[in-house]
Amino acid sequence: MILILLHGSRGEIPSKPIAATILPFVKPNDGVQTYPEDQKNNLPVFTMNYPRIQIPFEITLWVLLASFAKIGFHVYHKITIWVPESCLLISIGLIVGAIMHSVHEEPPAVLTSNVFFLYMLPLIVLESGYFMPTRPFFENIGTVFWFAVVGTLWNSIGIGISLFAICQIPAFGVQDINLQENLLFSAIISAVDPVAVLNVFEDVSVNEQLYIVVFGECLFNDAVTVVLYNMFSFVAEMPVVEPVDVFIGVARFFIVGLGGMAFGILFGFVAAFTTRFTSKVREIEPLFVFMYSYLAYLVAELFAISSIMAIITCALTMKYYVEENVSQRSCTTIRHVIKMVASISETLIFFFLGVVTITTDHEWNWGYILFTLLFAFVWRGLGILVLTQIINPFRTIPFNMKDQFGLAYGGLRGAVSFALAFTLPDTIGRKQLFVTATIAVILFTVFLQGISIRPLIEFINVRRTNRNLETINVEIHCRLMEHTMAGIEDLCGQWSRFYWKDKFMKFNNRILRKILIRDGRAESSIVALYKKLELQNAMEILDTASGNISAAPSIVSLSPNVELLMTKKFLAADLRNIHDILSKNMYKIRERTVAYRGKHALPNDSQTREILIRRHATIRRSLRPRSFQSSNVPRTHKYFSLPAGKSLESRFDAARWHYTDDHETLSEVAYPSQRSRFGKPARSSSSKAMIPLHRLGTLEEVPSTDVLNEESSSTGQGVFRTNSSYSDSRVPHPRRLYSLFDDNNSELGHVVLIQLRDWPHQEPSQGP
Amino acid sequence: MGSSSSISSAHLLRLYDRFESLDRDNRGCLSPDDFEALGGLAMNPIGGRIMEAFFSSGQDTVDFSSFVRILAHFRPTDRNRNKEGAQQELPSSRTRKLKFAFQLYDMDRDGKISREELLQVLRAMLGLQVTEEQLQSIAERAIQEADLDKDDAISFDEFKKSLEKTDIDTKMSVSFLK
Repeated sequence: MILILLHGSRGEIPSKPIAATILPFVKPNDGVQTYPEDQKNNLPVFTMNYPRIQIPFEITLWVLLASFAKIGFHVYHKITIWVPESCLLISIGLIVGAIMHSVHEEPPAVLTSNVFFLYMLPLIVLESGYFMPTRPFFENIGTVFWFAVVGTLWNSIGIGISLFAICQIPAFGVQDINLQENLLFSAIISAVDPVAVLNVFEDVSVNEQLYIVVFGECLFNDAVTVVLYNMFSFVAEMPVVEPVDVFIGVARFFIVGLGGMAFGILFGFVAAFTTRFTSKVREIEPLFVFMYSYLAYLVAELFAISSIMAIITCALTMKYYVEENVSQRSCTTIRHVIKMVASISETLIFFFLGVVTITTDHEWNWGYILFTLLFAFVWRGLGILVLTQIINPFRTIPFNMKDQFGLAYGGLRGAVSFALAFTLPDTIGRKQLFVTATIAVILFTVFLQGISIRPLIEFINVRRTNRNLETINVEIHCRLMEHTMAGIEDLCGQWSRFYWKDKFMKFNNRILRKILIRDGRAESSIVALYKKLELQNAMEILDTASGNISAAPSIVSLSPNVELLMTKKFLAADLRNIHDILSKNMYKIRERTVAYRGKHALPNDSQTREILIRRHATIRRSLRPRSFQSSNVPRTHKYFSLPAGKSLESRFDAARWHYTDDHETLSEVAYPSQRSRFGKPARSSSSKAMIPLHRLGTLEEVPSTDVLNEESSSTGQGVFRTNSSYSDSRVPHPRRLYSLFDDNNSELGHVVLIQLRDWPHQEPSQGP
Repeated sequence: MGSSSSISSAHLLRLYDRFESLDRDNRGCLSPDDFEALGGLAMNPIGGRIMEAFFSSGQDTVDFSSFVRILAHFRPTDRNRNKEGAQQELPSSRTRKLKFAFQLYDMDRDGKISREELLQVLRAMLGLQVTEEQLQSIAERAIQEADLDKDDAISFDEFKKSLEKTDIDTKMSVSFLK
């Protein structure tokens, strides 16, 4: 009974009478429960229950530790230029592992192969797949698959056979490893690892072709690795290999590879289809992206087909359609979360790699390991050489020797090999040796090649890329070129990739988009890019808008004197005018304080979701031939989005910018008159000079908004009162125009962001 | 056909076969209807312009040498890498490709892409997907980005400059013309 009580009391508060009786015989258990001093049953004031939270707690601590390490690296930023982050993380891991080893602690049991493959790897691969640049990828898809499949095969078989040959030499003492085991081991270490490679290549901006081929190769060689691994591990237990097994292996490869892709595409389409209907549940939209990708991964694992390919194709397929269906916010959230979890996952992997290196039992064999290193290097180099020769004629831009060097040298091994080594069946006698050799190869490639690749690439002058800013020009011209090439190919009667791309785009527009995208309108990438660029410009304007306009270099640089005068002039006095006019036209401004709408609703931003700039003056200028020169248009008019006298409908009827949900919102910026008159083309280029363009992912909520209630009497003051009871239903007006006034009201008026809401039709009241 | 644009004889043969098959009335040269008979080209948004490029010198037929000469624009460039590592191919080839693309815009051959010409191309490419206003805005933005001398049109140099960071060769090469 005492035993039972002892056992039962480990984690619980003992029942009171029994505790009293057994207390003298029971020592307190390890930190679980502090018994009251006296024999009475007082409520314990301070209790500790560690085992209950142990696992989540330790996970959190490890994650934090790894993240601190990451922060720490950037304190001295020069380091990260020369040493890729992966190396640093492994080093820290090594240190921590050494500490743990010296105090004889075991590494956290959470790091098992299962955890790696089921939780960590999918996140990293999802990120790679989601952010893969699709256009270059599809242009190089042949090369990618060629290297991934044939390259990996070449490597594994080459290394395996040469290692087997080495094993025959008695001097190394590894004669007990037979061919199958060697092949198994070589399959493990020939897998180029996406995590390590990306980490290194990110900082070295090689040309796009090279990048995409290396990137694609390491993502897609998983199919081959999985097949080879399974095949060889199966075969390693068999005494004899028959030719029929080889054929089965090949068949299996196709099933694995194509099956993975098929699952990925299937789940991608389902995800896209689901997001078509999520307009009312915006808050959980990102969830679908994650769940479907993860599901694709798990289902693929279920059938032992290539889960990495599944999740990548899922992400690729999904991205295109989902990003059109979900709201801007969800889009940002998705991107951010993916990046975040991938980053954590990657950090942890490298970290644990370091830790486990110290804490596992190693078996070292100089000969075997050194030759492994040698062969890994040699065979990769040879493989790249031979394969490039074969495929160069098929490429539009052949790889030159320097590119090939980059390809070969960039073949880093990493965590995937590591995890695979740990999952080796224990029936293999020399498992420890394999593990040690794998770790050695990984450390060697990551440290040596990772650190030296940057200077080497610069030294031999591999073609670099220019991470160019996107411009609408480039997009338009590229589109033109694609059409041209499709036409030329038609003319020559040869079907090549432009033809297929064209076909696919037509199919896409006609069928797929109608099914998978909510409002099914085909949107050209030109228009999408235009919107995106405008949005970025809008954000830039807002960033500089908090200062005063005369400080903005773009304005000042244009025609200094006149502009400054005009700027200062119409601030205070015209404010009242503007105010009257605006309220007469029923402009409405977004609330400053977000109305609370319930726990699960996101802040009410349905009216003011997106900000797009319309250059009214320039539009008007282009529509009315060259009449902008006239200076007798009253200054106040320039605030309006409409030319005087026109009605709202005609201008904005068809302007449906469809980022958001059913109520289209269109925001416009009317520049102050100076800008319209003098703000000629230099605006965009100068604003670029001021601020680097943000990626869309960093879109932030605009902080400074005021509310002007249309029912409140206009006061002409700069500060507008908030109206917390603003509700849509009470104001059934058509074509609401919402204005967003700058917070810094003393310099008000240089930016007015106006939003247009597409309401049911009614005649608006006329302006002044 | 100059030496810088010489195509291998195998490819030439193939092109000649194609030329013959396009030339339905066997006159030894192509007329506009021959081009239009090509379904794909007819459906191409800028098919008409491509056609125009072949008939550029004012004639209304295209003989084989002109056919090949124009197509030779799309050969992949045979580049040698040099120290800079940037796109340093033979300047003529890239320039020729760019010139071809430029001419697709510049229908009136005045050496500039005016706003109207740009709008026409955009309208053709984007078609019914966008409103007139969006087109205007896009064209406006495009001109603002590229127009450095503020003449409200894009000259060939400005065109080239706006594309200086783009890999034209990948985009405008057909591999079977090597």
